[in-house]
Amino acid sequence: MATPAKVNRIGLEPQVYKGGKTTLCAGCGHNAISERIIEAFYEMGVDPQRVVKLSGIGCSSKSPAYFLGGSHGFNAVHGRMPSVGTGALLANKHLLAIGISGDGDTGAIGIGQFVHLMRRNLPIIYIIEDNGCYGLTKGQFSPTADLGSKLKTGVVNDLPPIDTCALAIELGATFVARSFSGDKKQLLALLKAAIAHRGTVMLDVISPCVTFNDHEGSTKSYAYVKDHDDPLEEVSFIPFFEDINVDYLPGSAQEVAMHDGSKLMLKKLEEDYDPTDRIGALRRLHEAARRGEFATGLIYIEPDRDDFLTLLNVVDEPLATLPLERVRPGKEALEEIMEGLR
Amino acid sequence: MSPSELAVQEARSTPNQPRVVNDFSIQVATVNGSGSQTANLVLLRSLLLMGIPVSGKNMFPSNIAGLPTWYTIRASKRGYIGRKKEVDFLVAMNPETAKEDVLTLDAGCAVVYDEPLKLNALRRDLTCYAVPFDKLVAPVCPDAKLRRLVRNMIYDGVLARLLGIEMPLMEQALQKQLGRKAKAVALNLAALEAGWDYAEKHLAKQDPYFIERMNETAGKILIDGNAAAAIGCMMAGVTVVAWYPITPSSSLCESLIGYMKKYRVDKTTGKATFAIVQAEDEIASLGMVIGASWAGARSMTATSGPGMSLMSEFAGLAYYAETPAVIFNVQRVGPSTGLPTRTAQGDVIKAALLSHGDTRHILLIPASVDECYTMAMDAFDLAERFQTPVFVLMDLDLGMNTWTSDPFAYPTRPIDRGKRLTAEKLKALGEWGRYKDVDGDGIPYRTIPGDGLPAYFTRGSGHNAKGQYSERPDDYVDNVDRLARKFETARAHVPAPIVERAAKAKIGIIAYGTSHYAAGESRDQLREEAGVETSYYRLRAYPFTADLPAFIDAHERVYVVEQNRDAQMLELMKMELAPEQVAKLRSVLHYSGLPIDARSISDDLLSQEGFEVAKPTTGRISAGSAGGE
Repeated sequence: MATPAKVNRIGLEPQVYKGGKTTLCAGCGHNAISERIIEAFYEMGVDPQRVVKLSGIGCSSKSPAYFLGGSHGFNAVHGRMPSVGTGALLANKHLLAIGISGDGDTGAIGIGQFVHLMRRNLPIIYIIEDNGCYGLTKGQFSPTADLGSKLKTGVVNDLPPIDTCALAIELGATFVARSFSGDKKQLLALLKAAIAHRGTVMLDVISPCVTFNDHEGSTKSYAYVKDHDDPLEEVSFIPFFEDINVDYLPGSAQEVAMHDGSKLMLKKLEEDYDPTDRIGALRRLHEAARRGEFATGLIYIEPDRDDFLTLLNVVDEPLATLPLERVRPGKEALEEIMEGLR
Repeated sequence: MSPSELAVQEARSTPNQPRVVNDFSIQVATVNGSGSQTANLVLLRSLLLMGIPVSGKNMFPSNIAGLPTWYTIRASKRGYIGRKKEVDFLVAMNPETAKEDVLTLDAGCAVVYDEPLKLNALRRDLTCYAVPFDKLVAPVCPDAKLRRLVRNMIYDGVLARLLGIEMPLMEQALQKQLGRKAKAVALNLAALEAGWDYAEKHLAKQDPYFIERMNETAGKILIDGNAAAAIGCMMAGVTVVAWYPITPSSSLCESLIGYMKKYRVDKTTGKATFAIVQAEDEIASLGMVIGASWAGARSMTATSGPGMSLMSEFAGLAYYAETPAVIFNVQRVGPSTGLPTRTAQGDVIKAALLSHGDTRHILLIPASVDECYTMAMDAFDLAERFQTPVFVLMDLDLGMNTWTSDPFAYPTRPIDRGKRLTAEKLKALGEWGRYKDVDGDGIPYRTIPGDGLPAYFTRGSGHNAKGQYSERPDDYVDNVDRLARKFETARAHVPAPIVERAAKAKIGIIAYGTSHYAAGESRDQLREEAGVETSYYRLRAYPFTADLPAFIDAHERVYVVEQNRDAQMLELMKMELAPEQVAKLRSVLHYSGLPIDARSISDDLLSQEGFEVAKPTTGRISAGSAGGE
């Protein structure tokens, strides 16, 4: 007798969460992120039918084809994925949206839409696969490249970077985190928490470009990021459907209750870091940047603020599938309007 | 009365002028932000209540307050509602433009003016009526701060007396305009009466213009095209709206917000059956529309030329990835910022071919407020049927001006949600490919997120019939050829033209959108003044329908009337007509920012036909200011 297949809580096998074969470079950090996404959605037992994958243009934006093959995907235009994602969620508020962008797609051409997405606190998981360069056009600097970072050709970046996490906190995102494609444990925990969060999740994942930005002098190389990773806490995620108790010494961990009943357990690595303190979070990001380090982990969370769809106060059913009788007012309504115009 | 006034009055007292009844235009020159719009709309509505076919056109600056603005009201017993080139009756309230306004009038015109402007000194061939507006407004409006807003209502009273508009109807129009604002109604009624009383006591009627009751407007409504389109969108069942404010389209979405809040909120839960988002720009507006349509909602945006330019990239995505989208373009004068508050039909080519690569879009071109309403519904049906952007090309004249219309009819046709894959269909097909042409009409079947049917990956990059990424030459050609086939299919589904064939006409006229009214009036002028019979083809959509070549074949020469410089619709026709048909096409173009008028069409056409045409009278009302920012 064959061993029963491994399934998740909704009875689906891991295979279901996979996508097409990647066409990105061997060793690309983006592939590691896709693997973590597959694991997170499988382990959270999310129905792929409910998920929409969105992206802009660039190496990062190709990756939605490589995970969750059973979900609808939309590879939109450069820097404009936030608006397409917004539209999809307006049409159907029950969808779970994950958007994959890059540092060029977000920080340069897409900064306008990024800014307004964050402001709206739209319930979407927005991931920046951040390698500090434009891979698909062969390695030009992007707006997240650090001051003084060097291209393969020796060109030195003389402009300061945009810190997408600081910007997201400033603008109103309610779940802001930074991670590293090489840190499987932290990234997986953050992704699961992202699925549980109701509101905008902004997750900047440093994801080295093995072809154009992995050399000496680059501040986004594997070696550099490993050396300068500055985790704020040890992140564990306890989903609502698992009955697990984790014991920490009093005062050594912070528990964050998520919207769906899940819990984020943050084992403190720094005594006074509190990710619900917006100003403290911004200060900590600036300090890390000044030291040339990447503060990773959950940087900021505000679990209870109303998301954009709640503010719009739309009916419970998806707008997309409301029947005609609910979206076309009756004859008497038109007559009333006409009477008012006579 | 000063000696000079007396002299002028004697000079222009030419008795036995024939009475001109219900056939003249009134132009009101004011300063914007001074409440003149209320006075003008009350005047317009009072004529409607008198049963007279009437139209109103606002020529306003791109400014909030303090710049010149003109409002033209045309009463026409023959039902002509296009702009009349000539001004017959001027109300000169704006010191800044008064001199030029008066100097450009034709002889014999009448002028009501603000007394201190002393316009009577300028011309001896006009009928001038001086009215001391400031003296009249002070007693009826004790609050000095409100006088500026109430003052204009006085000219309505003066005109009522001079032209013979019945005061109770004027009052009724005022009540309608100001609704429940009791204090405002009282103040304005007093001003109206002050104007009437002054005219009765101090002004002797000496011009030939009269208003008399007719019975041509029973049951009619007054509405602007933007509000009409908004009602159409609501009745079409729109659920997601994303927009960015831009003149002259803003009031479309603002009207829609008003109607939706009233009629589309679930009565039991208080929740909305719609989402309306003011986006960060026009790019995001169309992005949201595409995302929402992709996820199955009926979704729309409204914009104008600059927004269209910004939407170019997304329009190509929607065309190529095949997502529905409804885009209203209320056209204004370009290029660039252009004349933001003036009208044009200048985005025809842009809309038809918007984006890079080979793209073609369906255009619907309403000419009336009723068509704004019905074509809004058509647009959603066509967008979902053809899984493609549909542009509704309105213009500022149609969108922002107030038009009379029969009340709109309640839709009887069920909505068309297009080719959605179902479980049964999937079973019948065996295998589904997102971009597979199953029915031979170029239109594939689609699924939407959350419907439980097979998912697919939507992309603007090259793809095959299954929706998979492909750079293969044959996949690319197959796909874009299918898109061309789909566009061909659309020819039989877009609104057909309205054609009037005159038996012996050698000349055909093609017009579209708001050029229709001037074109119709011009046809009468051509027949009555020059004995030229014409056939008429009112184009209502792109792609052109199959009967266009036959109309051209049936005439020796065909004039395409357009409100742009470059004969844009004619150029689109050239792309698909036979050379012998193209050789028959001529252009009549009008692109000053003012709505096109019949006189201009007739003069141009007759001149091209070899008739002697009198040189257009110089001047006319300039209706525009120069300088200042």
